[in-house]
Amino acid sequence: MEEELNKNQKNSRRQFLKKGLIAGAGVAIGSGLIAAYVDATATETGEKVKVLTTDGEIMEVDKGLLKLPRVSREESHHGIPGRKFVMVIDLGKCKNARKCVEACQKGHHLPKSQEFMKVYLLQDSEKTSPYWFPKPCFHCDNPLCVSVCPVGATYKRSDGIVLIDNERCIGCKFCMTGCPYSTRVFAWKHYKEFEDDKEPYSPEAGSPGKEGTVSKCDFCPDLIRVGKIPYCAAACPMGVIYFGDVDEDTVTNGTETFQFSKLISDRAGYRYLETLGTRPCVYYLPPVERQFEVDRGFNNLDPVIQERYKDTPYSKKNKK
Amino acid sequence: MDPQQKNPLRDFAPQLERTSIQGYAWIAFLLGVIGLGFYAFMDQVLNGHIVTGMRDNVVWGVYIVNFIFFMGVSYAGALISGTLHLFKTAWRKPVIRMAEFITVISLLIGPCFILLCIGRLDRLPYLILFGRIQSPITWDVIAISTDIFGCFIFLYLAILRDLATLRDYELLQLPKWRKKIYKTLALGYTGTPEQQERLNRATDIMATMVIAIAIIVYSVLAWIFSVTLQPGWHSTIFGPYFVIAAVYSGSAVLIISMWVFRKVYHLEEYITKKHFVSVGVIMLVLAAFFGYFTFSDYLTKWYGSEKNDELLIQLLFKKFYWPFIISNYVGVLLPLIVVGIARFRTIRNITLTAVVVVIALWLNRYIIVVPTLESPYLPIQDARPEWLNYSATWVEWSLTATGVAVFCLLFTLASKFITIVPVSGIEGEGKKEDVLI
Repeated sequence: MEEELNKNQKNSRRQFLKKGLIAGAGVAIGSGLIAAYVDATATETGEKVKVLTTDGEIMEVDKGLLKLPRVSREESHHGIPGRKFVMVIDLGKCKNARKCVEACQKGHHLPKSQEFMKVYLLQDSEKTSPYWFPKPCFHCDNPLCVSVCPVGATYKRSDGIVLIDNERCIGCKFCMTGCPYSTRVFAWKHYKEFEDDKEPYSPEAGSPGKEGTVSKCDFCPDLIRVGKIPYCAAACPMGVIYFGDVDEDTVTNGTETFQFSKLISDRAGYRYLETLGTRPCVYYLPPVERQFEVDRGFNNLDPVIQERYKDTPYSKKNKK
Repeated sequence: MDPQQKNPLRDFAPQLERTSIQGYAWIAFLLGVIGLGFYAFMDQVLNGHIVTGMRDNVVWGVYIVNFIFFMGVSYAGALISGTLHLFKTAWRKPVIRMAEFITVISLLIGPCFILLCIGRLDRLPYLILFGRIQSPITWDVIAISTDIFGCFIFLYLAILRDLATLRDYELLQLPKWRKKIYKTLALGYTGTPEQQERLNRATDIMATMVIAIAIIVYSVLAWIFSVTLQPGWHSTIFGPYFVIAAVYSGSAVLIISMWVFRKVYHLEEYITKKHFVSVGVIMLVLAAFFGYFTFSDYLTKWYGSEKNDELLIQLLFKKFYWPFIISNYVGVLLPLIVVGIARFRTIRNITLTAVVVVIALWLNRYIIVVPTLESPYLPIQDARPEWLNYSATWVEWSLTATGVAVFCLLFTLASKFITIVPVSGIEGEGKKEDVLI
């Protein structure tokens, strides 16, 4: 794979690093970006982190200096210039470890009852095989949620990301009925987890949450800005979730990097419910050549989570 | 005889002048219900929408059902009063004012229910400040405010003659301030031929406008649902279907209010069986249309059987069996039988049918809203029962009761302010029936 990558896209890869996306499993950002995002008031923690500069050199910086940037509400309306983000989820590798869900909840300061990333146990029909289906927001190119919002609180950016401005949202929930993928969640009350976030609100961080408003998976643009991949992609122990850029034609899960178009064509990637015409930016690789039995997904599950799947056709059949 | 004695107002003056003990008790009861609703509302404001039965899948519940219901009743009032006026229907006079009151009062209540659905009431001005014309909610804001404006003007034009009559009737035993209100509101109308002509023309124009606006507003409301991709909502028939269902529910509410006011204010002489049968026939025709639209909608969903439509229909025939049967079978067939067969056609039967129709239509909106939200494209996988199935909490029921109570209260107060049957134009010695019916 590595060989193929080198052959196919030496140039593209260099560009890829220059633009400061990801290299390696750890944090990797360009030195220019560090200067831009270092918080002058931040205190040094003494803990050093290795980062990769645009020149391909590894350097160490203090962790305390790597505070995530929070752009203003106004700025969050514009996408990151020249980018078009995409996610690829390999269903053959998912075993419902739920690390994506947990990392996302931690990163966005969410209560347990709010999940931006949800893992479903799906089975398309009686005879077909069941599979685990992690579902983030699809960041559709034809997003109905954006069309129906009466106040422009949810918007599509030039980089493909669909965001919500929780300081504009009036909580009418029309977007929630508009979304055919049940992606959006509502803050039915004030959750104490919202208070964990002491930073000022930014739609790019999707945090701190606000009572009476709608929120959802945001593709973590605050992480992207410092060259990281979203929480879910970085946290997955199986490397199920790949994140990248359509224009650069590259996706990575932090350890492996692929040419997006080739990956999709080789592995028969598809978009969920394509017929609805929403044009999602999240692609799935079919659940073939499984690395795990479906049942492995039930291992070590919180009983409350386990309970979720008891009414699925697969669980019912197993019981019999 | 003193001309003041001949004034038909003498029959109606008591309902304006005096309120019986039962009347006060009724108002106190309504205020009690409203008080409880206020408490529920404060609970929702202080503790968040978590106090309702709504959750991430069923994001709209009884509030939206009430919203559709009251708006429906309202547009129906507008359509019925507008049409009766334009066609100069002979028997309309004793009932037309009720229809106008129903229109305006339910139009004031309906939008309050959508406000209860909104998570951030403090940001309500954003609807105007940052309004996006692409959103069907913005269409609704524009349409409903136009409708409120139009219906108020229509009602005002319709009561202007009576306001002048009340102003001129010296025997009216009312406090000075109330007479002053009549005087101000009557705008110096004295009934000169020129004034008459202008008023008639204005009323005709407004009656036409109100009919058009009502159709537009209710279609827009239906489009809030049908523009989404949700199974069961994404239907081209929804616009006309909602309009028909609305007028249908309005005709039933009109019959019920005719019965109530006839009893309370002893209007047996004015509101006769003929009126019940006439409005009953309107209800019958609408029942047939409503049944036709319902059948057409569900037949196409069931016959083609797309996966999600199939799941929805399964849900309707299992979990929502009784609401489905009551709203789409009983609610359609009962008026056809009771009004259609002469033998059953009594005032009491028609009124009882109207009550069933009102309940059926409320349930109809419920099974449009809730089952669809309970059967999304991705199956709901959740361990929390309230996340799986919607069931309204006491807060929602109490605020629903408040909506009905406010409707009754405003209707009662309106009937204390101006006669429930128009009195102008029925002066003279002739028999009441000749003039009225």
